[in-house]
Amino acid sequence: MTSAVYPPAVPMRARDHTESTLSRVIPDESELTAGITIRPGRTYGFFTDTSLCIGCKACEVACKEWNALPAQQIGLTANSYDHTRELSAITWRHVTFIEQIEDNPGCRANRLKPFQSHWLMMSDVCKHCKQAGCLDACPTGALFRTEFGTVVVQQDICNGCAYCVPACPFGVVEINFSDGKAHKCTLCYDRLKGGFEPACAKSCPTNSIQFGEVDVLLTRAARRVEKLHALGVDNAYLYGAPGTAGATGGIQQLYCFFLLLDRPEVYNLPVAPQLPSGRVAKSLGTGLAAVAGLGALAAVLMTQQSKAPRPGRKR
Amino acid sequence: MPSLGATFGRGAATMPQWELANSDCVIIMGSNMAENHPVAFRFVLEAKERGATIIHVDPRFTRTSALADIYAPIRCGSDIAFLGGLIRHILANDLWFKEYALHYTNLATIINDRYQDVAELDGFFSGWDPESHSYDLETWQYRGEASPQKLEENHVTTGEPYSQKLRRISSGAPPVDLTLKHPSCVYNILRRHYAAYTPEMVERVTGCPKDTFLAVAEALTRNSGRERTGAWCYAVGWTHHSTGVQIIRAAGIIQALLGNIGRPGGGILALRGHCSIQGSTDVPTLYNMLPGYLPHPHALKSDATFKEYLEGQTNKRGYWNNFPKFAKSLLRAWYGEHANDGTEWGYPWIPKIMGDHSQLPMTMAMADGTIRGLLLIGQNPVVGGHNSRLVRKGLGNLEWLVVRETFESESASFWYKCPKVISGELSPSQIKTEIFLLPAALPGEKDGTFTNTHRLVQWHDKVVEPPADCRSDLWFIYHLGKRLKALYAGTPDRRDDPIRHLTWDYPEMGPYNDPSAQAVLKEINGYTWPDRRQLVSPEELKDDGSTACGVWIYSGVFPKDGHNQARSHVPDGPDGPGTHLGWGFAWPDNRRMLYNRAAADPAGKPWSERKRYVWWQDREQRWTGHDVPDFPPDKAPGYKPDWSKDPQGMAAIDGDSPFTMISDGKSSLFVTSGMKDGPVPAHYEPVESPVHNLFYHQQNNPLAKKWLRPDNPYHAPADPAYPYAITTYRLTEHHSGGMPTRMVPSLAELQPEGFVEIPPELAREKDIATLDWVVVSTARGSVEAKAMVTHRLRPFTIDGRTIYQVGMPFHFGWHGYATGAIANTLTAIIGDPNTTIHEGKAFTCNLRKGRLPVRAQK
Repeated sequence: MTSAVYPPAVPMRARDHTESTLSRVIPDESELTAGITIRPGRTYGFFTDTSLCIGCKACEVACKEWNALPAQQIGLTANSYDHTRELSAITWRHVTFIEQIEDNPGCRANRLKPFQSHWLMMSDVCKHCKQAGCLDACPTGALFRTEFGTVVVQQDICNGCAYCVPACPFGVVEINFSDGKAHKCTLCYDRLKGGFEPACAKSCPTNSIQFGEVDVLLTRAARRVEKLHALGVDNAYLYGAPGTAGATGGIQQLYCFFLLLDRPEVYNLPVAPQLPSGRVAKSLGTGLAAVAGLGALAAVLMTQQSKAPRPGRKR
Repeated sequence: MPSLGATFGRGAATMPQWELANSDCVIIMGSNMAENHPVAFRFVLEAKERGATIIHVDPRFTRTSALADIYAPIRCGSDIAFLGGLIRHILANDLWFKEYALHYTNLATIINDRYQDVAELDGFFSGWDPESHSYDLETWQYRGEASPQKLEENHVTTGEPYSQKLRRISSGAPPVDLTLKHPSCVYNILRRHYAAYTPEMVERVTGCPKDTFLAVAEALTRNSGRERTGAWCYAVGWTHHSTGVQIIRAAGIIQALLGNIGRPGGGILALRGHCSIQGSTDVPTLYNMLPGYLPHPHALKSDATFKEYLEGQTNKRGYWNNFPKFAKSLLRAWYGEHANDGTEWGYPWIPKIMGDHSQLPMTMAMADGTIRGLLLIGQNPVVGGHNSRLVRKGLGNLEWLVVRETFESESASFWYKCPKVISGELSPSQIKTEIFLLPAALPGEKDGTFTNTHRLVQWHDKVVEPPADCRSDLWFIYHLGKRLKALYAGTPDRRDDPIRHLTWDYPEMGPYNDPSAQAVLKEINGYTWPDRRQLVSPEELKDDGSTACGVWIYSGVFPKDGHNQARSHVPDGPDGPGTHLGWGFAWPDNRRMLYNRAAADPAGKPWSERKRYVWWQDREQRWTGHDVPDFPPDKAPGYKPDWSKDPQGMAAIDGDSPFTMISDGKSSLFVTSGMKDGPVPAHYEPVESPVHNLFYHQQNNPLAKKWLRPDNPYHAPADPAYPYAITTYRLTEHHSGGMPTRMVPSLAELQPEGFVEIPPELAREKDIATLDWVVVSTARGSVEAKAMVTHRLRPFTIDGRTIYQVGMPFHFGWHGYATGAIANTLTAIIGDPNTTIHEGKAFTCNLRKGRLPVRAQK
């Protein structure tokens, strides 16, 4: 009786490991928890379905615990229940809260659309772009594409130049000033190598964060959008799937893509992100033109100057 | 829990959490499920995936509301008005499930014709005695007989005692009119009782728009019946009221009328607050219960001897007829060979209670110097207890206090860190309490079980040894007991017998001499005496002393040596029935769904193919199905007691009466005894309310437990000095009293400070913006916190007046990374009459912009 859209609640392999005491780690644990086998050479990512998010922030905590990340500066913000503010060098999952309780001024709704509505919650993360700006910008090779298709920073190689920081159209990468290196989500590279699904996806209680092979996730996500549309949630759309918002400007595709229920900017996501490299030709041309123009101007000025009477000596 | 006990027989959630996925309509009310039970909420979303309607009824728009299809806002404390409206809607429009309710509830039973209702007596039921401030339950009985239904009514101290009533129980079938014509049958009583609860009145009292209320009623009734089922989820948003038990009763009536109990996807899911709160009432930490819901002997009742106790508790009809088996096996487990006829089975060694010894009166007894010492284990009452100043006064008046915690809590540090000391008003030298802070182990550092919200007992292994001097609570209790036994081993006094004769023989293991938690669980399960073979089920228990059992309802959790069923992890596969009988152990007897006989019609056939669960197998003459049947396995659906033979126990229960813990086997829509404050729920305002009761002249629950004293003052109804309604609550990110979550950086940063949620309309009036400091005051005290102005809170129009409501989470204190004022400084000590649970979900306050002077922050 499980919905076709989601992996079965109890995968078949769950019956293989019923002993409480195990002599070793369960091989390919992700088969039990996410229903998939992780193999190098394939491309993995997240489908974050905000329509199922309850804003519990388990993903934020699981990420910090697994990756041993410290807490941020602690304090109340004016952003609803979001007090970690944004993705940063030490916050790799971040849940955004957007209150839209009023339908119209003075009117709060009681009949709501199915699944999430009126208080939007979205767990943001590094998008692991197919064409990644950070990767293009990195001069040292510290950023690299892993055997799972993800983008990871190697802090032992990173020289802290921070070129990757403005190169990310999503504002994901950040330099941690305690070590001077770039940091961001690794899609739990260490876990993937051990056959575990990433910590955030494993901890998500409502399947809002789904981990898997990107192509499988894309098919599932497309069906999900169709289903939501059929249920009257006509505002549901994908952000970052090929050909959708978020996959613009040369990025091609976000391996960690989203199902959103309002415009991207509402979630603090760029409407039409672009790779900086896409602007290289243009800026190179502009730069060259500027140099040529300035050169010409200088030449003109110099010629004129040599012809002009010298004011100081006029008298 | 007494309400579910009185209505259905057992004080526990009727369904497993995962059954919600099979529900066609899930109503969450009195609970912020997505925030406080996020893992269970996945099953709500699974139901939604399959097309169910999700409804959230709540004073605040929360993370739960965001995922709902209908959000019905109600003013805090107006729940019974809303639920009563639903009952009226169901009855007036004839939407109840006829075959189910007629046969499985006491809807057709005729009540004493001297019974009078609140509708006639303006807020009182018949039997009210203003002198003793209590009800005489005589007029609430079935016509022509005493009808004691449930053991828990033992605690009704009013009127005729349960034990006396038991002697008058008649030996015939209860008086029933299946045509429902009799004016005194429960059906007609309910119709008259709820006639005033019209949709218009619901809107006037609760503030919920009429069309929203009707949308809820329509969704629920459309999704109930043969083919469809609906479920209710509630939590402490219902229990923390002076009418808490009656609120839950109202939901019980709705579910029984609609045929939503004991059926797949149907039920009432009591979402319990902590990971093993169900276990703590089963085993229990309650002052008035012995393990397995056996009433604690009472000094002022006829409990003097074991014989009297057994006679006074053994109901002639129903499963509780087995009471002597449970009681005797318990004493055998406790006192071993010292339990025999000569010692009255050790019964005299059990201390007798004298009244209400629950937390609220205990707090005052400490403040008054009656209680001189306290062991505080896993609780932080300075933050979590009501009227925090009075709690601090009480703790500061003790001679000694032992706090076992993972971190130093406010309850251990109030003597040098509370605002009164910081402000210089009080000096630590004036607090005489000697405080011992003992470091405790966290769950991963000890073996043991959790009993979750649906009675599922699950074992967890120790992962690491606790650091330094940290020890488990089991270690502490065991070694304390061992030292007490050594202390009293050689004394000549008979009064020391209870300790001397106590069985205390758990094997010790590991570097710190931890007692074996498995051995404790084996004792809880029970064994034969004296050869110590593990029992496989409560059916094996005997009343001749040949069995020992620590908690009779847990029998079967450890059915043989080396087989710890709580540690079993065998789920059903994707094609299995989905009851997961191999996963852990659910009491009683590993049943996942209680009262599941009701999943079949009176003849034993499933109500529908879609809702098939447990049914009568004609060929084998047995009950069978996906779950363990909650009924005698071979009792045919057509069985009728032969009243001429004076049938006892289960023999007096019909083949079509699924509620076997109740003496007539029927779900009690009308509770003849067991509820102190009325047989049918009626709306009363909270003790502190911004409005007057629009239904009756009687403002509050007449039996609400009040302790009016200078250090616990109350506000008058509609007091202009305290014009706002206020509710307190929890957040996903923190645990109750904030231990240990406020100490964990990655949790603390998620909700870093206390705050007050304020609707924008009120904020505009008071010129308050988000993050401004505000002061919230009640007669008990004032606190300051930052404002969170949000449309999630809304003004209510109550009887034409605008009523504002604010809210405050109560986790915060002065310790840890996440700090804030203690919201419970504001609350008063007021209790539900049946359970003495505090009223923290609805009271009144004042609010202003600004801060408190340092000296005033107490």
